[in-house]
This record gives sequence, C-alpha cells and structure tokens, in this order.
Amino acid sequence: MNFKLVFKLNGYILLFDAIAMLLPGLVALCYQERAGFAFLPVILLCLAVGIPLICLRPKNKELYAREGLATVAIAWVIMSIIGALPFFFSREIPNFVDCIFETASGFTTTGATILRDVEKLSHCMLFWRSFTHWIGGMGVLMFVMAIAPLAGGNNMQLMRAESPGPKVEKILPKAGMTAKALYGIYIGLTVLQIVFLLIGRMPLFDAVTTAFGTAGTGGFGIRNTSIGGYGEYIQGVVTVFMLLFSVNFTIYFLLIAGKFKSIWKNEELRMFAVVVITSILFITLNNFKLFGGFFEALHHSAFTVASIISTSGFSTVDFNLWPAFSKTILVLLMFIGACAGSTGGGIKVSRILILLKSLSREFMTLIHPRSVKTINVSGKKVDDDTVKHINAFMMCYVLIFAASVILISLDGYSFETNVTAVAATLNNVGPGLDVVGPAGNFADFSILSKIVFIINMICGRLELFPVIILFLPQTWKKN
Amino acid sequence: MNIIVVGCGKVGTTLVKELAAEKHSIVVIDTDPEKLEEIGNTLDVMCVEGHGESASVLREAEVDDCDLLIAMTRSDEINLLSCLIAKKLGAKNTIARVRNPIYADGINLIKDDLGLSLAINPELAAANEISRLLRFPSAIQVETFAKGRVEIMKYAIPEGSVLDELRIHQLRTHLKTTVFICAVERGDEVFVPTGDFILREGDIISFVAPIKVANDFFAKVGAVASKIKNVVILGGGRITYYLTKKLLESGLRVKIIEIDKERCEELSELLPDAMIINGDGTNNHVLHEERIENADAVLSLTGVDEQNVLMSIYAHQQVPDAKIITKIKHFDFDDVLRGMPIGSVVYPKHITADYILRYVRVMQNSWEASMESLHRIVDDRVEALEFRIRQQSEILGVTFADLNIRKGTLVACITRNGETFTPGGKDSIQLGDTVIVVTTHKGISRLEQILDSEMGI
Repeated sequence: MNFKLVFKLNGYILLFDAIAMLLPGLVALCYQERAGFAFLPVILLCLAVGIPLICLRPKNKELYAREGLATVAIAWVIMSIIGALPFFFSREIPNFVDCIFETASGFTTTGATILRDVEKLSHCMLFWRSFTHWIGGMGVLMFVMAIAPLAGGNNMQLMRAESPGPKVEKILPKAGMTAKALYGIYIGLTVLQIVFLLIGRMPLFDAVTTAFGTAGTGGFGIRNTSIGGYGEYIQGVVTVFMLLFSVNFTIYFLLIAGKFKSIWKNEELRMFAVVVITSILFITLNNFKLFGGFFEALHHSAFTVASIISTSGFSTVDFNLWPAFSKTILVLLMFIGACAGSTGGGIKVSRILILLKSLSREFMTLIHPRSVKTINVSGKKVDDDTVKHINAFMMCYVLIFAASVILISLDGYSFETNVTAVAATLNNVGPGLDVVGPAGNFADFSILSKIVFIINMICGRLELFPVIILFLPQTWKKN
Repeated sequence: MNIIVVGCGKVGTTLVKELAAEKHSIVVIDTDPEKLEEIGNTLDVMCVEGHGESASVLREAEVDDCDLLIAMTRSDEINLLSCLIAKKLGAKNTIARVRNPIYADGINLIKDDLGLSLAINPELAAANEISRLLRFPSAIQVETFAKGRVEIMKYAIPEGSVLDELRIHQLRTHLKTTVFICAVERGDEVFVPTGDFILREGDIISFVAPIKVANDFFAKVGAVASKIKNVVILGGGRITYYLTKKLLESGLRVKIIEIDKERCEELSELLPDAMIINGDGTNNHVLHEERIENADAVLSLTGVDEQNVLMSIYAHQQVPDAKIITKIKHFDFDDVLRGMPIGSVVYPKHITADYILRYVRVMQNSWEASMESLHRIVDDRVEALEFRIRQQSEILGVTFADLNIRKGTLVACITRNGETFTPGGKDSIQLGDTVIVVTTHKGISRLEQILDSEMGI
C-alpha cells in the first residue's frame, strides 16, 4: 500500500470539504444565523490537516487498483466524519453518532434521517444537509479529478471505484475530461430543475435544496412532509427529474451527440423504462381506492415509484399505509435501483439485466449442453470476468444484507422494519416501511444499529468492494 | 482483352479457365511455380512467377497495357495492394477479392480511392445464393434476375409428377402456367427444348419465371414444401456468418454446429440471436441431441468437402423432408455428386468466377445495350443473360416472328415497366426493357449476337 499517495489524495478531499463548507457559511450570512459559526473551526481544521498532506511527495505516483479502492473508501469515511462536525459543533444534532449518520446518509445520497423534526434545523444546516447529497451524487474524487491534475497517470481506478455500475468506461479519451463532462451534465440538469421549480413558485431556498436532493437522488427534504406540502406541478417536476437522474449519464452524452439510435438500442434504459411503467400501473391499480380518483392515484404512484427506483426517497404521501401488494413492489424496486452510471443506488438495472441473461444462458445449457452463448447487452459482449464479478457482488451483497439484518434485529423491532431499514440504507433509498416508513425515522435505533446503517450506506454507495478491501489484511501488507 | 490474374488458387484457376475459353489474352501471376506450370500446361495463358504486389513483377506482366487486373490471392491485403500498384502502373480496371468481414463496411469507403472497380466477397455471394435456395425449397438451384423480380430455378421432376409425359407447350394449356423451361437435363444429356419436347420423370428442368409465377408453378405440380423455419448449419465459417445474419433478419431460427470452441464464442458474439452449439457435426450423437430431425433445412457448410457430402447424405437419410444444401469447395467430380442425395450443391468458386465473368463481359460489351448479369444454368453448357436496353438498335421494335434468332438461343422473359412476361411471336423488344436470354452459345455479350449472323434480320 502506497500510504503517501493515499494520504495525499485524501488531502485533496479535506481541501475540497473546506471549500464546500464555504457555501453553507454564505447561506448562514444571508440568513444571519449564528449556527454558521460551526463551519469555521471545521474549515480551519481541514486546511490545517489537508495542506500538509497535499504537500507529500510519494515516490511512486502510479495509482494501482488497491490504492484506488482504498483511497475512495477512506475518503468517504473521512468525509462523513468531517461533514458531521458542523452539526455537532452547532449543537443542532447533539449525539455525535447521529451527526455521522446524517452526514453519511447525505453523502451516500441515502436520505435516511435521525431527525424527528427537520424544520427545527437552521437554514445553513439544512442547506449543508442537502448539499452533501449533491456532492455525493456524482462523487467527490470525480470532482477532484475534474478540476485538479492528479498525480500519476491512470485515474480510472478512482473513477471505477466511485462510479456506480458493473463496468465503468470513459466516454472521452481522458479520465479528467470524462469527469468534467459528467459534472457538466450534472450541473446543467440541476440548474434546469431549479429553474423548473422556480417557475412553480417554489421559494429559492426550497428549490435549490430540493434540486440538490433530486440530483444526487438523495431525498433529504427540508420539511417534515418531504415534498407532500408542495403543489402537484412541483411534485411532477421532481418525479421527472428523479427519473432523469437515475438514467445512465452516457445517455445524455449520446443525446447531445445526436446518436438517437444508440439510445433506442440501450437495453438497460429499456428495461428501466419497462420496470418503471409496469410498477406504476400495478401500484395505481392496487391503491386507487385510497385516493380521490384514478389520476390522483397515478400521480402519487408515479412519484413514489420514481422516488424508490431512483433511490431518492422523497415522498408525497405515506406509502406505508398502502396495500401489501404495492408495498412489496416498492421494496423490490429498492433492490433493483437505478441505472449504472447515474447518481442512484441499488443493485443497478444493468447488473440485474446481466444476471438475468446469464441465468437464461444457464437454463439453455441444461437443454443444449454443448451450446455456446456470449452475453450481449446493447449489442456489446459482456465478458465472463464481468459476469463473475457480478456474481461475487451479489453473493457479497446477500451476506452483508443478512449480517446487517441480524445485527439490527437486536433492537427488537418488527421483521418488516429490520429488513426494509437495511434495504433502504444498503440501497441508498432512505425511507423503508413500518417504523422507518416515510412518516418515521431512524432516531430510535441503538448506537450499534446506527453504526451498522452507516457502514451499509457507504458500502451501498461505493458498491461494496472498496469498503470490503479496507477489511482485508492483505491490503495493508507491504507486498 | 488483356487480363492479369494474380493468384491462382481454386477460384483463380476456375476463373482463368473461363476467361481463356472466352479468348482473352491472360497473364497469370503466382508465387508457386508448380501451380503455374500446371496452368501453363493445360491452358493457353502466359505465366509469371513472383509476387503480385511487386511492381517489377507487374511490369513484367505488362500491366501498363492491361485492361483488367484481378487479384485473387489468399490475402485481402495483398489483393488490395496489388490492385493499387497496378492502377498506378497503368492498369485500366482492377478487381480485388476481399473476404474478411471486418473490411466489409470499410471497403466501399476506400473503393474509389484505391481505384478499385469491383470488390468481390465470395462468401457473401455464396451466402446470398444459399438464402435464395431456402426461399424456394423445392428448387435445386435459384438465381435472380432483374433485381430479384425474375428467378431462374432448377427443379427435379419426381416420380409420378403431373409433368411426366407432358409436352412443353402443354404447360400453358394444361397447367395454365407461364413458366419458361429453358433447359432440360436428362442423364448426361442437356436439351434446350422446343414446344414439342416431352418431359420425363427424373429430368432436371431449368426454368425462368417471376417469383409469383414460380410459386404458382410449384403449387400446381404439387411441390409445395412448407416454409422453412428451422435451419441447422453444420460448420461456422464466413458463409455461415453472412447467411445466418440474413436468415435471422427474415425471422428464421438458426442453429449452428461448429467444432472450434473459440469460433463458437466469436459467432455467439456476432450473432446473438442464433443458437451456437460447440460440437462435431460428424458425430451423430451431437446431431440427434440437437434434434436434427426437427430441422426444415440442413446445410453442410464445413471446410471439408467429403465431410459435407457425408453429413448431407446422413441428414437426408434421417430427415427426408428437409431441404439439404451442400457446399463443395474444390471437388471436381460433378458427375459423381449428381446421383447423390445431397440436395442442392453450392460451389463458391463458381459463384465468384461467374460474378467476375459477368463483369468482364459487361466491360467489353458495347454501350448501347448493356448486359446486367449472367448465370450458368447447367454447369457450363447453358447460360442465361440479362440485358437492359438503354440505346436504340436495329433489333428493337421487330416482332419475334420476324427476328431470326440463333439456334439454341431463346428470349425467356421481358420485364417492361415492372411487369414480367414471356414473349410470343407478336411481341418485340422495346427501349428500356430488361430482357433475359437463354443460350447454349458462349461469349455472347451484346443483344445483337442472339441473331443468326449469316441470315441477318
């Protein structure tokens, strides 16, 4: 392990944190809030530790796979802790573990909260909470890559570790250019959403924080009713943008380039569309008696499906009160998650697609033992290594899930609560069912459970392996 | 014409033979002295030993004076290179054989830059021919004219057919069909039949007809094979690749049995909708495990002729109703194959040679009536030619009753304004027509040559 290089890169993260915290500081100035002073010592701390780290001169500047994975995992842990400090210093969230939970939930774009009353928080803290979503959505190291010429040649290791999806590829020849392009699209869409929300007469502060929550597919609301208190137009805009942000960003690249045929041929996008549409239909048919009319039911079903499959976790109504069939579909959607290369979480549509295809291949070899079949997605071959990798991912996923459920069950809540709480955190969704439903929160869990949730969230955001590598003894050996 | 042929493998030799028979002066370039000697001994051509992409060798072959250079070596790159160099050295036209599917898309982009007149892909041509055969399972052989509007087909008259003992002019009266029978093979003999000719069972007839009429004819003689849906292909070469792509597009189910594992994986990637089986097609256990008995068509397309023949015989024995197609690469014993139950036989080397021959004839042909295509119906003995009438000529407007057409030559079909008909004595050829002529004479390249030269009009 090249510690010097890992520390150096994490120095950039601290510096980035310091700069990022200037924004909520500004918000505090605007609203004349004393809570804003909580950011000052944290910024100073970041600078004091970060600058010396950046000045480190590692002998070997090459970033290998293990350093890449470890850097990303460490960076996310550090970010969660540093980001939690303002909440703690301002005394707005008294328990330090709760602070870390809230920040990790923000950066990992989960949107699960331990706050019983969100509206009590000051503006600058609310802004910081939502802003962590926006930063975490695209990835911090990605941002660093986009603006800072990192040491060494191949930064793809960082990008692979931080971007969701089974196979991360560049869309431009240089990793730095790719990162810039992706951030460009990200910022563009966010601004677009803010404009649409402002047209709907949403206050500027609400529009910006909601857009941040949607862009990162996070789901922190600034009101206790989440998006439920706003009008239908605003809910509609949020629905559309949640879906837009859960689509592979490469699609927008193709859209700009005018390659509509490639978009049409994209199997992941097609499957995503089919899953979304059928889920909305089934849920609407199942729950329309609860609403005033069919269209109202359709509106809320569409919002909820978009919110869950994009792993945002916003809500307009308490879907915990819906019939079991609807709730079951929603829980399954949590696992599917968004498309690879988006800001969403979950297992990812493309992984499910490849798994289904490899399953059908296995079935075929039962009937035709000699048949040879490569797995193709969108006309491109998926090599066997990727399939193997996904199988390992799934196994890992199941193990972590099971272990987490067992640990959580010590708190004595219902089975539904335990399973959906783990599903909601590991898939970065936010709300689950029962106690952790849209109307509930994670406040009453024990410290141990909260730590498990924090690990789940970071595991889910970084897609397991970067976090797991931290726990492997081999990683830390010299050779 | 002065023609240089670079590389005399299977196709090259076939081509040289054909071109020599048409009285062109030919120079053959090859690196193998033995092959050259063999060609030099059997054919009236000049041989030059050396590399076709070498300028000095090309100069020795007098490339500056040549009308056409045909590059037929094993390597696409050498073919393209020698065409390019020949063009720079003064060759008027060049033809290259380019068979690698990877180049298939790119070749049209660079054709003009290379000064290439024609790039021919033998495997693609063979695949097209096979896919035509599969559209008319009853026919032994199918070729198209007039941009696919007219087909020329071979059909073997089975036992107890209504065609047995029928005179040809009775086709119109008894069967009410307008198919035009242009050749009949009986044993070793070939006839260009007149109206009084009596058909017998066992005869192989060749006829020209528009697609609709052909379908109608097959229905009337009771030879309606059900439409082909399941195709089993033995061997996964390039022909298989092109063919499968075509078949999958028309909604057929294709199963490919290929022995090489790596090739299987390649095919599976290229043809995701086909089922690829890694196994030995000569192993009957594999064939039955893959339910060959449920196939509507079995195609033996491996690289080994003997294997293809044997597998086809076996397939015919196991699935008598299926359409069988056998690819023959070199094997020259057509007479032996004729009696075997191996279905339709496809010779890629002939297909390629025909294609180039057609081009050569069109090239040397005068410009008022240009030949569009040429097909050989019975080995080398009968040819069908397609002309498109673009210029005024003395032959136009004269009724067939007044035209003095050579013996052994018939006008089979005329396509005018999108309609195809068989001409009678009162019809005449008009400007803009597409005319299909069937003849036993070789070397016809202009429509006027169908007339008896001694008697004139």
